[in-house]
Amino acid sequence: MNKITFIINGEKRSIYVEPNDVLLDVLRDKLGLKSPKCGCERGDCGACSVLLNGKSVRSCLVFAIEVDGCEIETVEGISQNGLSVVQEAFIEMNSFQCGFCAPGVVIATTELLRKNSTPTKEEIKEALAGNLCRCTGYTPILEAVEKISHHNKHNSDNTGGTNE
Amino acid sequence: MSKYRFVGKGVERIDGREKVSGAAIYTDDLEFGPDLLYAEIVESSEAHAKIVSIDVTEAEKVEGVVQIFTGKDFPYKFGLYMKDRYIFAQDIVRFIGEQVAAVVARDPKAAKKAAELIKIEYELLTPVFSQMDAISENPVLLHPDLGEYPHVPWFFPKENTNIAHWRKTKRGDLDGGFKDADLILEETFEVPRYAHCAIETHVVISKYDYSGRLTVWASSQSPYTQRHLFAEALAPLGIKHKDVRVIAPHVGGGFGGKAGVTMEILAAALATKMKGHPVKIRWSREQEFYNTYQRLGVVAKLKLGLKKDGSITALQHQLYWDAGAYVEYGANVVNAVGLSATGPYKIPAISIDSLCIYTNLPPGGAYRGFGYSEFLFGLESLMDQAAEKLGIDAVEFRLKNAISKGDTLAYGAHMNPNGLKQAITEVAKEIEWGKEVVSIDPEKVLCKGFSLLWKAPAMPPNASSSAFIKFNEDGSLNILVSGMDIGQGYLTVMAQIAAEILSVPPNKIRVENPDTDRNPYEWQTVASHVTWSCGNAVKKAAIHIREQIFDLMERAFKVSKDNFYLEDDGVKSHLDPSFYLAFKDFVVFGIPMDDGSFRGGPITGVGTFLPEFSSAKSDPETGQGGHPNVHYTVGAAAVLLEVDKKSGQIKVLKAVEAIDAGQAINPDLVKGQITGGLLQGLATVLYEDMRFNDKGRLLNPNFTDYKIPTTKDIPEEIVPIIIEVPQPDGPFGARGVGEQTMIPVAPMIANALYNGLGIRIKSMPITAEKVAMAILEKEKN
Ligand code: FES
Ligand code: FES
Repeated sequence: MNKITFIINGEKRSIYVEPNDVLLDVLRDKLGLKSPKCGCERGDCGACSVLLNGKSVRSCLVFAIEVDGCEIETVEGISQNGLSVVQEAFIEMNSFQCGFCAPGVVIATTELLRKNSTPTKEEIKEALAGNLCRCTGYTPILEAVEKISHHNKHNSDNTGGTNE
Repeated sequence: MSKYRFVGKGVERIDGREKVSGAAIYTDDLEFGPDLLYAEIVESSEAHAKIVSIDVTEAEKVEGVVQIFTGKDFPYKFGLYMKDRYIFAQDIVRFIGEQVAAVVARDPKAAKKAAELIKIEYELLTPVFSQMDAISENPVLLHPDLGEYPHVPWFFPKENTNIAHWRKTKRGDLDGGFKDADLILEETFEVPRYAHCAIETHVVISKYDYSGRLTVWASSQSPYTQRHLFAEALAPLGIKHKDVRVIAPHVGGGFGGKAGVTMEILAAALATKMKGHPVKIRWSREQEFYNTYQRLGVVAKLKLGLKKDGSITALQHQLYWDAGAYVEYGANVVNAVGLSATGPYKIPAISIDSLCIYTNLPPGGAYRGFGYSEFLFGLESLMDQAAEKLGIDAVEFRLKNAISKGDTLAYGAHMNPNGLKQAITEVAKEIEWGKEVVSIDPEKVLCKGFSLLWKAPAMPPNASSSAFIKFNEDGSLNILVSGMDIGQGYLTVMAQIAAEILSVPPNKIRVENPDTDRNPYEWQTVASHVTWSCGNAVKKAAIHIREQIFDLMERAFKVSKDNFYLEDDGVKSHLDPSFYLAFKDFVVFGIPMDDGSFRGGPITGVGTFLPEFSSAKSDPETGQGGHPNVHYTVGAAAVLLEVDKKSGQIKVLKAVEAIDAGQAINPDLVKGQITGGLLQGLATVLYEDMRFNDKGRLLNPNFTDYKIPTTKDIPEEIVPIIIEVPQPDGPFGARGVGEQTMIPVAPMIANALYNGLGIRIKSMPITAEKVAMAILEKEKN
């Protein structure tokens, strides 16, 4: 067992892990954070995505031991002080059906909009291309993100400032 | 303007906030504490073999292993429509991946390690991988005891063959029909197997406690059907229905794959031997591919007779289904198609033979569309061929032959009211049918294709629904039902139906996932029938509540109950415009009287629905006499494609789909079904390609090699069109649309390719490679 220390959703935590423990399992089983989902365990579906030092990673492909000293954010962290603009847009647009892909999509979209608040349709598709959704045909998900992008563009045209 | 307040409105999903915030609980998210045990299943490595011995000595030595079980521990059969399966293989294995043994351990890693150490000796039997081989002369018999298997009365197994069920539907003078025909076309089409690919794999936890109570938490479309099958299969242990409790949290996608019972029975059975401990099984993505259900494959032979004027004189449709090693559910897919393989056409002479054939491939079962995607590929391709041969436009041809309300169906009953012709016309207009399209890129071809769709719920005639509704102190409502929201928006739609009757807005209504101890009966969430069936039950429960409220008003205020109506979360009176009694002021605590006493008390409603006109009783040789299908949902669809002539790459520029929802309870959710269903349909045509080796092993059980679409693979434009010709016995006229949205996709792509390139592809999938080869072939000739 190795001790690792990291910041998870703003809180500093130290835990013991085996060298071959996978981050997804540790988040779910040791820390009780259930928003990252297991869909394939091999990096294909994106359901397990979390933000690692601000970048989205597939937590099924990361060993827990690698995150020592890092900062991790899951959908629980994104939701804890009220839902974000993008989450509200997904709700308003009925973007999800079964919702199993939703946490991964929220992570990927959050990363995208933090980098680029006014992505084009192609940029949105590119950013979400690693998140499989079997239910929606993606259209209502993409429309919600496009709506935010338009809104941000409109606001920045008027005020010169943008934020997520 | 909708005539309703809450029905027909695109209200927000009532589970949206939960799902987007990460709060939604799926089965794998449940916590069971430190006593949780994990089971790893040992699977057959052979497609057809006798089990000679199972050696667990090495496996037992692994630290953390609690106990190891084999088939001998569970000599129990199960099955939904035909009991042809054991919980674990007994003496014979019939497909690669079949469950042979299980290791129960303290942690998943130990279970896995031990499972790998179990040595199984097999004596190989000859496998059969093609349904056509399985019905050749003197085939290897996969189920020599077929004649003894219990089954529903509407199945007709053929003893001493591999034919588990043969549905025959015959009507009119077939020979005469072909004799009268000016044109006869004969073609064979092939559709392979497909996988559901819900992003959540199957997960189940089961606990048999010391009091003899069996609780199963499952990712399921069918909590009640599962309870029933567990109670049936485990009855030898003295387990009764009341002792079994199924709790179904949110489901991460179903598409038919989580209907009925598959791996859930493993955990239920193992738990009975591990008293007091919860036992968990989570399928890996690979297992999800080969040991749940797969969509059945089919070889369809069609013969179509037509007059010069385009009218159809006769149709012979023979469907040979590769149903896999066990057909306890899949045989009903075969049955459904056997009743409906005419498509939505008026045809005076019909002969349908739909054969359910055992093979040594994974069990086939329910998959969104339930066989209709498969037969429509051939039928709708052939209809285009016929129209072309007769020099009639494909849309004109369909308008001429489309079935109408009251027309006789293949099995003799009559067609329900429908908007098929309106759907055809609206789709043709939206895709600009008849207007030529030319690519500016000489390497590319633009082309359009058309297809009709129809599908009926396939269900036993006594499939039923029920609902409870209760008021809370503040006038909000809880609806208790046992259908599953597998993404289609069922919970929201049930809320809207109750909202309409009771005038309580959907955001003040909670509808939760079921627990069979608390929520009333629902057969299962399949067949696109819960909006219709459970919707009727919820509507009745709401009316039950409304009646009680009016009765109470009469008692408390001494005014005839006919004078009251519900509006704005309360009761109003036709007699006195100033009268308003808010629900929150009486629905639990009652109405205070002058003498200090109260009238009323907690108000709860109950409603049930069973389609009493439905019957599966018919002549086995002709299928005539019953009323097996409650109604059909119909529609039309078209695409505009851009095809690269060199690579065969297909890009969908525009897809249009019109579907007759009867009454869309929530148009936004119906549109969601259309965008989602179309893409799932496109995936089966353009990307998904299941590959088995010559031993019957699935070679691509993962998303790297079995490609499902991403954001980059979606059509450039999708136009959903909702038609509303009410279903007389539906809640507010509604009928289901969930499966129907995906089924016209394959033929409309095939038809577009023919229209643009003159190539007729008769087998799925239609990959770029196949298209490129067909173009080359055509150029050679
Ligand atoms: S579970 Fe990690 S990418 Fe699928
Ligand atoms: S909503 Fe079901 S997988 Fe995306």
